[in-house]
This record gives sequence, structure tokens and C-alpha cells, in this order.
Amino acid sequence: MSTVTAQETPPGADLEHQAEFDAKVAADQRIEPRDWMPEAYRRTLVRQVSQHAHSEIIGMQPEGDWIASAPSLRRKAILLAKVQDEAGHGLYLYAAAETLGVDRADLTERLIEGRQKYSSIFNYPSLTFADVGVIGWLVDGAAICNQVPLCRSSFGPYSRAMVRICKEESFHQRQGYELLMRMMEGTEGQRRMVQDAVDRWWWPSLMMFGPPDAESPNTRQSMAWRIKRDTNDDLRQKFVDMSVPQAEKLGVTLPDPELAWNGERGHYDFGEPDWVEFKQVVSGAGPKNAERVARRRAAHEKGAWVREAATAYARKHQSAEEATV
Amino acid sequence: MSDDVTGATGAARPEWPLYEVFVRGKRGLNHVHVGSLHAPDRTMALHNARNLYTRRNEGVSIWVVLAQDITASSPDEKDPFFAPSGDKVYRHPTFYPIPEDVPHI
Repeated sequence: MSTVTAQETPPGADLEHQAEFDAKVAADQRIEPRDWMPEAYRRTLVRQVSQHAHSEIIGMQPEGDWIASAPSLRRKAILLAKVQDEAGHGLYLYAAAETLGVDRADLTERLIEGRQKYSSIFNYPSLTFADVGVIGWLVDGAAICNQVPLCRSSFGPYSRAMVRICKEESFHQRQGYELLMRMMEGTEGQRRMVQDAVDRWWWPSLMMFGPPDAESPNTRQSMAWRIKRDTNDDLRQKFVDMSVPQAEKLGVTLPDPELAWNGERGHYDFGEPDWVEFKQVVSGAGPKNAERVARRRAAHEKGAWVREAATAYARKHQSAEEATV
Repeated sequence: MSDDVTGATGAARPEWPLYEVFVRGKRGLNHVHVGSLHAPDRTMALHNARNLYTRRNEGVSIWVVLAQDITASSPDEKDPFFAPSGDKVYRHPTFYPIPEDVPHI
């Protein structure tokens, strides 16, 4: 591998290195790829960053489905730019993962063989054009809640990728909300479409923050390593508090009868997501799991000739260059 | 997840090489490292870097460098490589006490 990526860490605990690592993390300094790091930290990060990358890449699909059917050239251009951004986010994150000594092509293979996971949210279908707006508003809104704290992740390449991504997510969320505002100004049928999309995406959006803290055994270690900065439940609460006034302004109802302001806590109370459904979707039984992965695999396989042609072209030109030297 | 996904495998695969990407944000600034990408050759690396790292006018100039061609100092913060600059406080303006009433210095 290159001289600027991680080296293999020697086996066995190295107490002095560990102390230096702990001190850096405690002082909120960044760990860089060639720094010594505990093997468990590296492995956890590889898993976190590559699953995040996969989510961005699979996340192109629910909205990509609507590019050809967008109702205007303006909406089509916006959607194309957004889906291209998701591809870009995936690539920033694969680049960050590679600094930990893994190989991007390997990660892609693990995704299309179903051996690595991605965010469960993308296993739900996007049934109407209102879904495009709701995905931008709620799904990207939840992603922003999750990702803003990760701009302070202790791992330098990951935190820097998150800074770039968060800047771009803001466009994603705003275009979604604006789309919904336009639809709400439209016909009764359009307003019903928006409400229907909100009803279907609200609970899956809450699940994006992961299981409740009590059932999230890795949270403590990840927070100590500062590769996670807030607990799942804290982020979920923050998202609910942000979304309720936005829903009111939009004129839609969030599908939770337990949703109510709690003046004592200074937060909204809300109901419990269906964690049984969450587990089913995460473990592969969601409405779209098989289709998403099959499509990613088909894109990879159908693109093989392009990669081969580019490689052949590069080789040909390299030998031509060498011949003229 | 039964599969081990975190091992450093695949490094020997005959893949496209890794390029590090540097972008000059605007005239008058240095090129700054922004990330990396894989490409079959330098021209494709440049094009891909444009598509990936400058979708919103983030740059006016891009450098791509084969990652394997970069020579780096050791990551150790106590690296003796940097020792020569550590004990030369007289290189800093604050080393020299000047009375308060001397203007413009």
C-alpha cells in the first residue's frame, strides 16, 4: 500500500503506544492513518466507515428510480445532482476507509455478496414522487443529525469526509422540503400523496438512529473512542424536536399519537418505533433488500467492460509514452 | 456479521492505482489535500477528481499524485526529525523583549 496509509499494527498490546493514543483521543486530537491505533479501534472504524459508504451508494437507488419520471426539467436536474452527490459521498467514505488499510474493490464485493450491511432505511420503496421530497426532508434530515457530530470523529480522514458530506446534505434536505411545500400548495390529491409519504417514512427515519441505548452494546466503547459522539436515543430525540415544527409548518401530521410536547423535559415525547420490524429489515427481510443488492451487483457487473477498457487504454498509452522517452 | 470484513486484504490485487488529490480553492491559495481516488491513469485521475471533489466550484486547479510516489516523514510526534526546530526559540519574534513605547515593531 502507499506510504500515506495505515501500517499493519504489531500484534500484542503496546502500553506506551496505547497511553499516547488514549491521551490524544482524550484531548480531542485527531488520530491519523499512520498513527498507532488499537486493532479493535481500527476494525470498528473499518466497519463503521464502510457501512456508511455502502449506505450512500445504495441510497442512490430509491431516488434514482424517479429521475426519469421527474415532473419537470428543474426537478430532474436537482434529482440528478443529488443522486450524484450520494455517489460522491460514498467515494469520500471509501477513500477514508482505505486509509485504514482495506481495499475499495474488496468492500464493494462484500456489499454485493451481502456480507456487509448498509442503512436499513434504503430497503423501503419510494412509491410516489412525494417520497423524493420526504426522503430529502426526513431521511437526509436524520442523516444530518447523525453526521454533524461525526465531523468531530477522532479519526481524521473520517471527520474530514463528514465535513464535506454535511455541507452537501444541507442542499439535499432543503430541496426535499421545498418540493413538499410546492406539493402542499397543489391539489388535494397532491397533499394526500405528501401525507401518505410522511406516514410511510416517519418511523423508518426514527430507526435510522439505531436501536435504543439499552440495546446498543457498542455505544459505550465507540463514545470512549470518540468515533461516536452522541447516543442513539439522544440523536433520535434531537431529530424529533427538529422535525415537529417543520411538519407543522408544512401542514402534515406525523403518524404518532403519542407525540406531545413535554414542558418538564423541554422535549417532545414520542412513541416507540417497531423494533421487531427494524431487526427484520436489518437482517435482510425488508421490502427491498434483495432488489437493492441485486441492482448494485448488476451495475458493478455491467460496468466491468468500462473498467477493462479504461485499463487497456491506460496501458496502451503508457507504453506509447515509454517508447517516446 | 459472520464474515471478517476488517482485515487488510486485497492490497496485492492488480487494481487501478491510488492517487492523492490536491485542490487550489482559489487563486492565491496553496493546493490542499482533499482525499484520494483510484484511476487507470493520470488523465482519468484528473477528470475523476474534478467530478468528485469540485462539484460546487471548490477549486480552480487540481493536482493528482500517485500515492506510492509520496515520501512522508514518520508519524511519530516525538520524531527526532523535527528536533532541530524544537530548541530554537530565538527564531520567534516573541523571544525579543521590546519596550511598550517603541512604535510599529
